[in-house]
Amino acid sequence: MKINDFITKESEWLKGEGPESNIAISTRVRLARNIKGHLFFNRASAEEREKTLNTVFAAMKKNKYLNKSLFLKIKDTSPLDRQFLVERHLMSKEHAQDVAQKGLVVEDKEIVSAMVNEEDHLRLQVMQSGFNVMEAWRIVDEIDTGLGQNITFEYSNKFGYLTSCPTNTGTGLRASVMLHLSALAMTGQIERVYEAISKVGLTMRGFYGEGTDSLGDFFQISNQVGLGHSEMDILDNLQRIISKIITKEEVTRRELFKKKEKEIADGIYRSYGTLKSARIITSSEAVKLLSAVRLGIDSGFIKDLDIVKVNEILLLTQPAHLQKIAGETLGPYERDIKRAELVRRQLEK
Amino acid sequence: MKCNICEINEATVHLTEVVNDEVTKMHLCEECAKSKSQEMQSHFGLSDLLSGLVDLEPIVTEEEMGAEIGLKCPNCGMTYYDFQSTGKLGCGRCYEAFEPNLSELLIKIHGSDKHVGKMPIKGEKVLKEQQDFQRLKNELTKLIRAEEFEKAALLRDRIKDLAGQLNGEEGDDEDQ
Ligand SMILES: [Zn+2]
Ligand SMILES: [Zn+2]
Repeated sequence: MKINDFITKESEWLKGEGPESNIAISTRVRLARNIKGHLFFNRASAEEREKTLNTVFAAMKKNKYLNKSLFLKIKDTSPLDRQFLVERHLMSKEHAQDVAQKGLVVEDKEIVSAMVNEEDHLRLQVMQSGFNVMEAWRIVDEIDTGLGQNITFEYSNKFGYLTSCPTNTGTGLRASVMLHLSALAMTGQIERVYEAISKVGLTMRGFYGEGTDSLGDFFQISNQVGLGHSEMDILDNLQRIISKIITKEEVTRRELFKKKEKEIADGIYRSYGTLKSARIITSSEAVKLLSAVRLGIDSGFIKDLDIVKVNEILLLTQPAHLQKIAGETLGPYERDIKRAELVRRQLEK
Repeated sequence: MKCNICEINEATVHLTEVVNDEVTKMHLCEECAKSKSQEMQSHFGLSDLLSGLVDLEPIVTEEEMGAEIGLKCPNCGMTYYDFQSTGKLGCGRCYEAFEPNLSELLIKIHGSDKHVGKMPIKGEKVLKEQQDFQRLKNELTKLIRAEEFEKAALLRDRIKDLAGQLNGEEGDDEDQ
């Protein structure tokens, strides 16, 4: 298995199948772990880091979920491949920088992946399409338990799993769901969602774009608290709140479709039209238009396209993906042309 | 150490100020430090600051700070000062070395400093019981908050029983 094999594969979590997939795009659950007796990454020497990398890789190769995985040393990959892996949510931007002694494990369906020597020795993640917190947890929990039989993790009776940053101490658990909240954004209710969830131990951030900018109304909601509650309580809390947000989005969509039918339809058809005819299109314009088209499918205005396709185009039009498909590095202007071509081709199918 | 200005928050910023040839050390929380630095900037103007007319020594040296707080991890050599400036711990044993300060910080972040979740499979039975104990205590707090007093009373009895058992089994608990 090689990095290039992923280009032609549809990643599992983009399938658009999971529960509530009209609003929830994907679910991710990750655990942070460190190896007992090894200094944390920021404090370890190059030699110690190398030893950690080998120890974690060896344990993962014995795991039945992971024995068919791709085991990568980041330093052996090209900058383009790194960006490609970041775009596929298989590793963080930070992991793509200062690449010495950093590792990545990707299971062949891209459901399971693990960063080795990021901020913690091991960041194990499981992705699912749609709103599927418990299934993601079930898998990550099982793999973690398995790995725990081959590696002794840093753990204290009082504090739980010990991590480099105290925000992860305890369960080391972070569960996130990516949501498409068009109607709440259109009706100016996103601020209220931000406020409400910050009071219940959760955080939210825009998914595309930098910082708090929320391009295309895609938002990621995660738990912030990971100590003092069991994993089940944390996941339960997240699930309950996200269900409420999904319902709220659902209701607001139906209201909007009823009250402002012409305006909504106009916006959606214009976006679809632009995507089908544009010759030059930037990444941020593509995300915005695809967001509108995604809403158009859910509203029933667009009938000749499905959510899976939109999810796929969202991924394929990212800069590194375009370049991997083209088989060459491209400047921003050339990418905008290739992006428009790719979108037209995908929408003709 | 509490903040010198508000006397509420934990001091995380340490300033040395020279006023009338006298050196004063200030220990401030982030918020107060921010307003303090804004105050200073409006006083002197940013350009003065930049041109070095004002002698601002924002941070005491690492050695001074280490000596002052006196916390250093015996395993990886990280000082509490290092941790404060990077936000990252150096190894598992830093948690013991910085325990009182860290507990306080964890409570601020998570609302608790006691793990009640999953444990490695090699964990002992006693641990499991300790965790159940903590979980029940959390539940009790919830019930009281929800004013479910009857249920709370029942749970309180169960907790008392369990506490008796735990103490009988293990005596002193070094982690508490
Ligand atoms: Zn203060
Ligand atoms: Zn240490």
